[in-house]
Amino acid sequence: MTVVRISDDALALACGADAVAAAFAAAGCTVERVSSWGMHWLEPLVEIDGIGWGPVTPADVPQILPGTGRGTAAAGSGGGGAPQGASPDGSPQADSPLHHPADGPPPRTGEDLCIGTIADHPFIARQQRLTFARAGRTRPLSLDDYAATGGWVGLDRARSMAPADVVAEVTASGLRGRGGAGFPAGIKWRTVAEAAGARKYVVCNADEGDSGTFADRMLMEGDPFQLIEGMAIAAHAVGAGQGYIYVRSEYPHAIAKLHAAIDLAAARLAPFRLEVRVGAGAYVCGEETALLNSIEGKRGEVRAKPPLPALEGLFGCPTVVNNVLTLAAVPHILTPGGASLYDSLGIARSKGTMPIQLAGNIRHGGLFETAFGVTLGELVNDIGGGTASGRPVKAVQVGGPLGAYTHPGQFSLPFGYEEFAAADALIGHGGVVVFDDTVDMGGMARFAMAFCAAESCGKCTPCRIGSTRGVETIDRIRAGGRAADAVEALPQMHNARKDRRSREENLALLEDLCETMKGASLCALGGFTPYPVLSALQHWPEDFG
Amino acid sequence: MARGAADRMSAAQRLADLIAEHSEREGPLLPLLHAIQHHFGCIDREAEAEVAKALNLSRAEVHGVVSFYHDFTESPDPRPCIELCRAEACQARGVEALVAAAESAADSRVRLKTVYCLGLCSVGPNARLGDALYARLDRDALVALVEAAR
Ligand SMILES: Cc1cc2nc3c(=O)[nH]c(=O)nc-3n(C[C@H](O)[C@H](O)[C@H](O)COP(=O)(O)O)c2cc1C
Ligand code: SF4
Ligand code: FES
Repeated sequence: MTVVRISDDALALACGADAVAAAFAAAGCTVERVSSWGMHWLEPLVEIDGIGWGPVTPADVPQILPGTGRGTAAAGSGGGGAPQGASPDGSPQADSPLHHPADGPPPRTGEDLCIGTIADHPFIARQQRLTFARAGRTRPLSLDDYAATGGWVGLDRARSMAPADVVAEVTASGLRGRGGAGFPAGIKWRTVAEAAGARKYVVCNADEGDSGTFADRMLMEGDPFQLIEGMAIAAHAVGAGQGYIYVRSEYPHAIAKLHAAIDLAAARLAPFRLEVRVGAGAYVCGEETALLNSIEGKRGEVRAKPPLPALEGLFGCPTVVNNVLTLAAVPHILTPGGASLYDSLGIARSKGTMPIQLAGNIRHGGLFETAFGVTLGELVNDIGGGTASGRPVKAVQVGGPLGAYTHPGQFSLPFGYEEFAAADALIGHGGVVVFDDTVDMGGMARFAMAFCAAESCGKCTPCRIGSTRGVETIDRIRAGGRAADAVEALPQMHNARKDRRSREENLALLEDLCETMKGASLCALGGFTPYPVLSALQHWPEDFG
Repeated sequence: MARGAADRMSAAQRLADLIAEHSEREGPLLPLLHAIQHHFGCIDREAEAEVAKALNLSRAEVHGVVSFYHDFTESPDPRPCIELCRAEACQARGVEALVAAAESAADSRVRLKTVYCLGLCSVGPNARLGDALYARLDRDALVALVEAAR
């Protein structure tokens, strides 16, 4: 009986994996639904005896199945070579900029789709996967698969240790927060562990709102037990009895997997209890204090710090808030020798591995976990294969909507917290979004301000009002200025300007506004929106009218 | 008449059940509002008032929460809703060029809602209809999706 492995990750489903799975089942195969390898341009990716085909449609099934078509011979011939499918994105894209007119509709054979041994594919072989070690290899909700691949080793070991020793190992690993701010996880945990309080919480931030990021989603859908194990270790380390996973409502598949995984693992976790809470479509609820307010049933408004959530967090109790990837890195760190291995990887103060997400207009998009230090140019060109449209790369936004737009001239930047910060950029949650030369960077700068206006929690003026003024100012710059309006022209309006502002004057206004937002906003939504705006202006002034 | 009264009764009973189901949880408001939105398609003034009473909050507090979150609506919209991602990574993959066609296909029959990121950023443009996700949309595929939405 042929066993066919196909991912049931949301991205594979969106690309048609269920129909492909049904076609293989109808052809008499046993279909196993596994996590995604993270080679998204090949989804739905089909694996038979370690050999991969992708992107597959139901019509390709007869060509792939051994003995029924030409697919048998193809198994060996792909030989782990670079992806070679005629259409890197699978379906035809008649009017999208990603369409390659020359491709035409290819009459495909099994060979066209075969990529050889998946594990030897350069995209996989070049990675160093610790957090995503199980990606593509296990069934997400199989406790057997989890235990057979090292699951629970970290938790069992942690529970045999004194809590302070667990914290010490996490500190020694050099693990920093993967949600954006990069705060050392061990130090946060120590603060909670040492805080007085009968009740303490561990909260997982799974709000993943940044465009260009999907690693949290992939982990929750593909390896939910690992996240749960990481949270149980954190709970032991800080003395928490209850945990919450706050997931954005845009992730229904992740929510379902987490519910199922928590039920299956409840006995393992006890006495620690874990519950899923679903967000309600507010980007700002990814900010940790807004998130806590949201769980408490309040508006998702940001709280002033201090007090730190570590001391006065959920319901006023000491609380660990960590990103999905931070917590999911912990089980590996707690295995024997795990902490020192983690600390040995990376550069300077960026230790261990980062699950980087290659997105946007990129030929080989997907999940690429590697030690810190890889350069942006390697990620975009060597690993990502440049743009999907085949046009030159114009800009790359790293770190989500609050991250700077980088120019190909900055491609030697090594991936690391301090290294990016020194270039006025941000690695954030590790999203890399590529744009080709058709992008209008003035439009992207405007979008950054408009997004901030739409998602501002409204607590502080520079963000709530400044973002809207930013949109208007960018519009004015791009329209070549604006004459005084009817009200401004009134004689009573002594302070209103009567003549047209020059482009330079409007640009100075925008820069001034950005400085105010940077310096006077309570959280990073208002405080970092200026980075995409100013970087776009700095590198592509010609796109601003 | 009798029928309408019965519907109102059962709606009130359903609301009371939902409130009873959630009110003992820690931080009950958000899960409760999700449940109400899910069952009734909105969270109206009456529901806000009942929730406020049950959780010992003012209606203003409950309304403040309902109005803060994009997922909660104060009146029902029975139309099918297509959520189209228009965040940066989908823009980089050409979603903006599809919007006009989608809007005209949607007309007033389908609600076309802009969302920012569905977590499928390497295979956009992407959309969601209920819990079903659609990737690699081109103009024809998106228009077909809008036209078939029920
Ligand atoms: C506007 C805004 C949105 C954020 N969104 C997220 C998010 O979606 N996920 C996340 O883990 N952290 C997010 N953060 C960062 C959190 O505030 C916080 O730093 C993080 O959850 C801490 O966990 P870590 O130390 O493991 O990174 C956001 C911050 C801001 C200001
Ligand atoms: S910067 Fe914006 S989102 Fe952050 S607290 Fe201020 S108003 Fe709220
Ligand atoms: S930006 Fe559209 S799915 Fe992420």
